[in-house]
Amino acid sequence: MSLMQMEDVRAYYRTEAYGISRSVRAVDGVSLELLENEIYGVAGESSCGKTTLIKVISGTVKPPLRVESGRVDFNFGDFEVDMLKISPEDMRQNVRWKEISYVMQGSMSVLNPVRKISRTFEDIVGTHQGIPDKKAFREQMREHVMRLGLPPDVLTLYPHQLSGGMRQRVAIALATVFHPSLIIADEPTTALDVVVQRGVLHMLKDIQAESANTVLLVTHDLAVHANVADRVGIMYAGRIVEEGPTQTIFQAPRHPYTEHLINSLPVIGDKTVKKSLGGAPPNLADPPSGCRFHPRCPLAMDRCRTEMPEMIMLSERHRVACHLVEEGRA
Amino acid sequence: MSANEKLLDVDHVTVSFHIGSFLAGGQLVAVNDVTFALYADKPEIYSIAGESGSGKTTLANVLLHDLEPTEGKVTFEGRDLSTLKSRRDSMQFMAKVQPVFQNPFETFSPLRRVEEYLVETAMQFGRAKNRRDAAKVADEALHQVGLSLAEVSRRYPHELSGGQIQRVSVARALIPNPRLILADEPVSMVDASLRMAIVNLFKKLRDEQKVSVIYITHDLATAYYISDRIAIMLRGVVVESGPVENVLGNPLHPYTQLLQESVPKPAATEREQWAQHIELGSTEVREYGRLGCKYAGRCPHVMDVCKTKVPPEQEVEGRTIRCFLYNDGAMPETASPVQTGNLETA
Ligand SMILES: Nc1ncnc2c1ncn2[C@@H]1O[C@H](COP(=O)(O)OP(=O)(O)OP(=O)(O)O)[C@@H](O)[C@H]1O
Ligand SMILES: Nc1ncnc2c1ncn2[C@@H]1O[C@H](COP(=O)(O)OP(=O)(O)OP(=O)(O)O)[C@@H](O)[C@H]1O
Ligand code: SF4
Ligand SMILES: [Mg+2]
Ligand SMILES: [Mg+2]
Repeated sequence: MSLMQMEDVRAYYRTEAYGISRSVRAVDGVSLELLENEIYGVAGESSCGKTTLIKVISGTVKPPLRVESGRVDFNFGDFEVDMLKISPEDMRQNVRWKEISYVMQGSMSVLNPVRKISRTFEDIVGTHQGIPDKKAFREQMREHVMRLGLPPDVLTLYPHQLSGGMRQRVAIALATVFHPSLIIADEPTTALDVVVQRGVLHMLKDIQAESANTVLLVTHDLAVHANVADRVGIMYAGRIVEEGPTQTIFQAPRHPYTEHLINSLPVIGDKTVKKSLGGAPPNLADPPSGCRFHPRCPLAMDRCRTEMPEMIMLSERHRVACHLVEEGRA
Repeated sequence: MSANEKLLDVDHVTVSFHIGSFLAGGQLVAVNDVTFALYADKPEIYSIAGESGSGKTTLANVLLHDLEPTEGKVTFEGRDLSTLKSRRDSMQFMAKVQPVFQNPFETFSPLRRVEEYLVETAMQFGRAKNRRDAAKVADEALHQVGLSLAEVSRRYPHELSGGQIQRVSVARALIPNPRLILADEPVSMVDASLRMAIVNLFKKLRDEQKVSVIYITHDLATAYYISDRIAIMLRGVVVESGPVENVLGNPLHPYTQLLQESVPKPAATEREQWAQHIELGSTEVREYGRLGCKYAGRCPHVMDVCKTKVPPEQEVEGRTIRCFLYNDGAMPETASPVQTGNLETA
């Protein structure tokens, strides 16, 4: 079952400085479907537009970002939402936290630095349904936190008193109080060490498995996707260039960019020189013509320089946008 | 310069903080008797890895002369850092030892355009006399990290992505032509490809310009790839250190073993092993407060002695290690990382 359908969305940052206006085309023609009960991973290099994509999906677009065109439709079972038209009031009342929770890049943003964790919980829950019985509510919170394997004393602490990993797990705990249909986590573990990262991701996976909801996990760390995601979408310069089941993406990638990403990963035990991608990351204020990857693609053909490749379905769940694949040459 | 002359000498450095919590007796030893040296004629990449809150940044602050150690001393090019008093001395030292910080958003004020920092650094350290020249120096440095002045010019930090801003801060550190770069989590925000670009850049700086790099990271895969040596820190203590091939290739300390197997593999075929449940440390402060080995609360091989005595530093199989399993350099039977069943009845 489909939870969200996104169709050909363009979202640009429009800025004006010294009479020169420019637009950064951070999301530029993305179509994407999120299913119920899956972990969907979004990967891609820094500044390719991952966080911007999330802003569109989560309804947190604000100037200078603007959605120029496209559709984003959610089906939450008992009601449907057009994410590009929903009123702020409706969003606050019915969608945020209840249906969609968003753990932002840099987890501190959800946690209020001057309030104890328990107060932040109260703030979130209070805006939605009020808290008639404080004592019972506290007990509920303790249970929620303990069920997720966190020590209940975290509730009595301030965010700065927690380690990075604990803070991130608390942020995820907060995001799941209302059992939302969609949990969005933007780089939830990039600042953490591998052991804590493993613990945080286990927690996220357990929550997903238990409530059978959807997790949209954004990270540039492909090894995380390899271990956590059910499907992976690879973004390059504001567009999705390949999407497929995790196994397929890692074992049989078809886009030259995906292939490069996977082959350039260092692994312990291997000291052979790994090359980073040549050329500079694209400037999204003035993206390359044709296939956006062509200036850095070792296999680029003439056609790639002028013509934007269409998305091709390789199988029901595997799609790729590359002229080589279309011509049957890769 | 004579052979074996030390570029950096870290000699039994300890940093204690007074804290409110009594779990640790009101004291937290964030850096606990750390010793190592880098040599002037042998530029190298020295990694420091380990769990969050293990004292890596605190140690970095000592090496940058931002924090006085409680005990021990640090010497750079023969000069004890505690004798750097005048502004001139400090500036000279700062030009030679350049930091790259963990969180680039804290390095850059949200109210200033990022190019200002680069221009200012170039002028401050005498790389340029006027803004025009400074802009050129800045552009060169930006090119080394895959950016250009044209791309970042006029932008405020929030107008750049996490990865872009981090590359700007590496570029800034390159401007004074340092001898030692102290990079604290320099690549945590950048993607794999740029990560390789930045760590390859560190390699190039080491090989071509003889710059040494202290690379503090959680990314053990890139640490393996670029470093010569690595030190694994746990709650202030260096538990295992030595050539990276030994320490990460064949870890002996139970904590290093946990770290190494927690690195997610970039292949979808080994999900099960990584998905095995692990214990995370209880609160940091509690572990800091432990009397014996800081890992005793989580270690699958813990023995009575570990809970009361501090494991001494020993040389075992080409590395320095602190763990009672390897006391006297011998490896007892219990050292086997996979141990099942009862030894007595077996
Ligand atoms: N407020 C803003 N104003 C102008 N441009 C912006 C703004 N925020 C982001 N951008 C630009 O939009 C592009 C996409 O940024 P985004 O934050 O979505 O990237 P990302 O893929 O999340 O990167 P990272 O992995 O580094 O977090 C970048 O070129 C960035 O510089
Ligand atoms: N000024 C201070 N006063 C009291 N405690 C401090 C102070 N600075 C750091 N600490 C504590 O010292 C310990 C080590 O912190 P440090 O920041 O050095 O760890 P780290 O290894 O760099 O962690 P991370 O990987 O998360 O960056 C932590 O428990 C921290 O809370
Ligand atoms: S000293 Fe003891 S507790 Fe510490 S790591 Fe070694 S066996 Fe484990
Ligand atoms: Mg982002
Ligand atoms: Mg740190």
